Amino acid sequence: MTQRQQQLNAVTPRSGDPAITPALIAEHGLTNDEYQRLLDMLGREPTFTELGIVSALWSEHCSYKHSRPLLKTLPTKAPFVLQGPGENAGVISIGDGLAVAFKIESHNHPSAVEPYQGAATGVGGILRDVFTMGARPIAMLNSLRFGSLDSPRVRYLFAGVVKGIGDYGNCVGIPTVAGEVAFDPAYEGNPIVNAMCVGLLHEDELIRAVAEGVGNPIIAVGARTGRDGIHGASFASEDLSAQSEAKRPRVQVGDPFTEKLLLEASLELIRSGAIVAIQDMGAAGLTSSSAEMAARGDVGVTIDTTRVPVREEGMTPYEILLSESQERMLVVAKRGREDEVASILAKWDLTAAVIGEVIAEPVYRVTEGDRVVAEFPGIRLVTDCPTYTPDARESDEAVRLRSQNVNAIAERPEERDPAWTLEQLLSSPNIAAKTWVHRQYDTTVRTNTVIGPGGDAAVVRVRGTHRALALKTDCNGRYVYLDPRIGAQIAVCEAARNVACTGGRPMAITNNLNFGNPRRPEVYFQLREATRGMAEACNALGTPVTGGNVSLYNENPSGAVYPTPVIGMVGLIESLDHITRAHFETEGDSIVLLGEPTSELGASEYLARIHGVVGGAPPACDLDAERALIDALLEAIQGGLIHSAHDCSDGGLAVALAECCVMNREVQLGARIDLSHWREIPTRALLFGEAQGRVVVSTSMPDTVATIARKHRVPARVIGSVGAVGDPVQITTSSGRINTPLATLDEAYHETISRIMSTPVAGNI
Amino acid sequence: MKFGIVTFPGSNCDYDAYQAVVEKLGEDATFLWHKDHDLHESDVIVLPGGFSYGDYLRAGAIARFSPVMQDVIGFAKRGGPVLAICNGFQIACEAGLLPGALLRNTSLKFVCETVRLRIETTDTMFTNRYERGAVLRVPIAHGDGRYTADDATLDKLEGEGRVVFRYLGGPGDADEWWSPNGSMRSIAGIVNDAGNVLGMMPHPERAVDPLLGSEDGLGIFESMLARVTA
Repeated sequence: MTQRQQQLNAVTPRSGDPAITPALIAEHGLTNDEYQRLLDMLGREPTFTELGIVSALWSEHCSYKHSRPLLKTLPTKAPFVLQGPGENAGVISIGDGLAVAFKIESHNHPSAVEPYQGAATGVGGILRDVFTMGARPIAMLNSLRFGSLDSPRVRYLFAGVVKGIGDYGNCVGIPTVAGEVAFDPAYEGNPIVNAMCVGLLHEDELIRAVAEGVGNPIIAVGARTGRDGIHGASFASEDLSAQSEAKRPRVQVGDPFTEKLLLEASLELIRSGAIVAIQDMGAAGLTSSSAEMAARGDVGVTIDTTRVPVREEGMTPYEILLSESQERMLVVAKRGREDEVASILAKWDLTAAVIGEVIAEPVYRVTEGDRVVAEFPGIRLVTDCPTYTPDARESDEAVRLRSQNVNAIAERPEERDPAWTLEQLLSSPNIAAKTWVHRQYDTTVRTNTVIGPGGDAAVVRVRGTHRALALKTDCNGRYVYLDPRIGAQIAVCEAARNVACTGGRPMAITNNLNFGNPRRPEVYFQLREATRGMAEACNALGTPVTGGNVSLYNENPSGAVYPTPVIGMVGLIESLDHITRAHFETEGDSIVLLGEPTSELGASEYLARIHGVVGGAPPACDLDAERALIDALLEAIQGGLIHSAHDCSDGGLAVALAECCVMNREVQLGARIDLSHWREIPTRALLFGEAQGRVVVSTSMPDTVATIARKHRVPARVIGSVGAVGDPVQITTSSGRINTPLATLDEAYHETISRIMSTPVAGNI
Repeated sequence: MKFGIVTFPGSNCDYDAYQAVVEKLGEDATFLWHKDHDLHESDVIVLPGGFSYGDYLRAGAIARFSPVMQDVIGFAKRGGPVLAICNGFQIACEAGLLPGALLRNTSLKFVCETVRLRIETTDTMFTNRYERGAVLRVPIAHGDGRYTADDATLDKLEGEGRVVFRYLGGPGDADEWWSPNGSMRSIAGIVNDAGNVLGMMPHPERAVDPLLGSEDGLGIFESMLARVTA
């Protein structure tokens, strides 16, 4: 027998561990084929501990087994990309030796059963992913979806998630600078909670989570390991059901104070040069962090569970390996520099323990004292996970809804006055200001937030330079539901347009693919087509994908959520002088529409809000036109011509114009608009249709702006002028006129959500 | 002049205060580590915002017992200027440097926004560069900012001109006293009886740069400079 076989044979079941039965295998989420793969890899029956390890690592959440083949089709390269997908976070260079690390991650399932801790720990996890790259977190964003606010359960989830995000980020001291929140019955019971973190680093301080150096010690740092969150990764890889509430104990509890200590200590450790690699013990805890770092370095590791600091006595290796207790890190230190590591951790009052080492032998080995309780042949533990390409078929329902002739839907009698419709749309929770939300987030700590929540994109200055970052999360799930490919294209383009409106050049994205159960053909179709659309848009705009997260099985008993591929975009503003806001700020400015209205009405907020209809095709997305629009807009902004720029999106042109007038409560100006030029377009499509590729700008030099637009072949037309404080908002069309006082629009836009949230509603949460 | 900025493990506005002093004021600043008994011969102490030791128990309740606070308390009792911002204000109250307490906001929610503050007195070493009645725009960001004290204390504070800032005019009503956190008598900042310790919930260090929307807070730092170097 070779030495290796001896060791493999040395693995014996622990007394007290359950026997491996078909029922136990099924409970661990492994299919028959996957179990067979495990048997083939080991050449014997696994122990209970090994079954647990594989169950976690081969879960959808850790392995991306249904999405990996699709993710490979996304563009990931550009000269400025320092780190693409596969690490804790993506990293791009922004010049001057500085780089930005950023990533988005979901915490949907935990938030569905325990909104406060679920959301809080989501923030904690993504922060760790960024600072383990050597970056100091400088901004947080999020993307949230809930059911209808009419439901008491939804209000409980909404309020809990917002408080959880706020309390965690506020305590650590990272500003939450932007986010988006949308409500639709499709998300009832399965909210979407995606958190994005952006960090800043010096390029030469970039560190990767790659274990290397035989004999180097592996150190567990931070909170002790408890029994919380065991199998969280597997929980996140199954449909939510009536039984999910019982899995509430699988949700971890966050401790932002310890996170703050870990943040400071980790950055000190990285700068000290005493460590080789560092990784968050996130999903699947110690198991995934150690196995992934080993696999990346193509080395072996051995870990002794008796040396892991634990919170309670009697924890088994299985529990220690799979615990998802929060605020823990795994560090590979340089041999001989353990004391240096220990003294930095002691400074921050953090506990640390050497729990294993890097070994030459290509195995992943776990011992309990002297006894080997799990052993796998090297990186096969990570690489042997199967990938799947299931059947894909668009649902009949989606086809039927998309082909609905929505222009034939009769107008409601109230719509004879389009001011009524405008007010209804501004007070739609999807469009109304989210001040109730972001007032609970510390948006100004670190004193770099130039534009916080509520703008087209957030703008955070890069201290010590004359530049800033423009940051945005975006996705319209209704569009993606009705046409996954076009919907995903629009998500990328809208994020890019938002970034450009603030003066930023779109650079790169992180994505969070929130979908249902991929084993259902209609869901896999959505995933495949959305990925395709995203790839097309990213290629067209030159914005590679540097990483992200896939969250599948977002279902509740009544079906899947809208497919929601959230885009988190980072853009670079070359000069602080280019920073541009969305609201009108100078009386007498000309208002110019870049891009063209169309007769499209499909998939609009108008249809959903006014007619209760989810149907029609989403607006067309012309990728070349989007790119030209961004180029024209940036040229005009950089030329100092633009006083404000605001993207046209949900609610269409009329809503965008009203927002420009009332969104900033400190500067509210009226406007006089004339759209009668477009007499062939039905009035409601002209006012409320969501044709893509449009931006409303204000300028004192409309002719120069028009010349630049022409050069880029972007349609441009002066549609009106900015009024004075107290002037009404007037919008004239060939069939009539909206004439509404600012105060009415202000009330609809700013007061809706706080009014809803302060109105009691009966029912169970 | 040297500003000593205390860093508790959960401080998160220490760096912002440092930047305000060094970049905007052009003065020296140094960080004072919470475990040390060393004020580095600072002329002014800043207790910055954050969550000192997590503040899970009660904001500032543990911080007052930290090694550095023993020295800060001694410094304050000798008349040394102390600027206590947000979490620093909570700590200063817990440490007995200022009267009253900061309780959970009446909304039970964290609140972050830019508020308007009225200067109630210019007769302090922190506000001598302002005009009385001037209105400042300064950000707040806190969950426990409801200033609370008994009537006798409040009357005394007002009678002795020790209420330094009040929250002014909420949205839509510019004339009424108003506070975003339920503070008694709309109090946003007070000084101790000797006038050398200022506690305030708003963040003047976040209001020192027009790019970020306001530089109204800079005057507090400039006032201290004028007084201490005079």
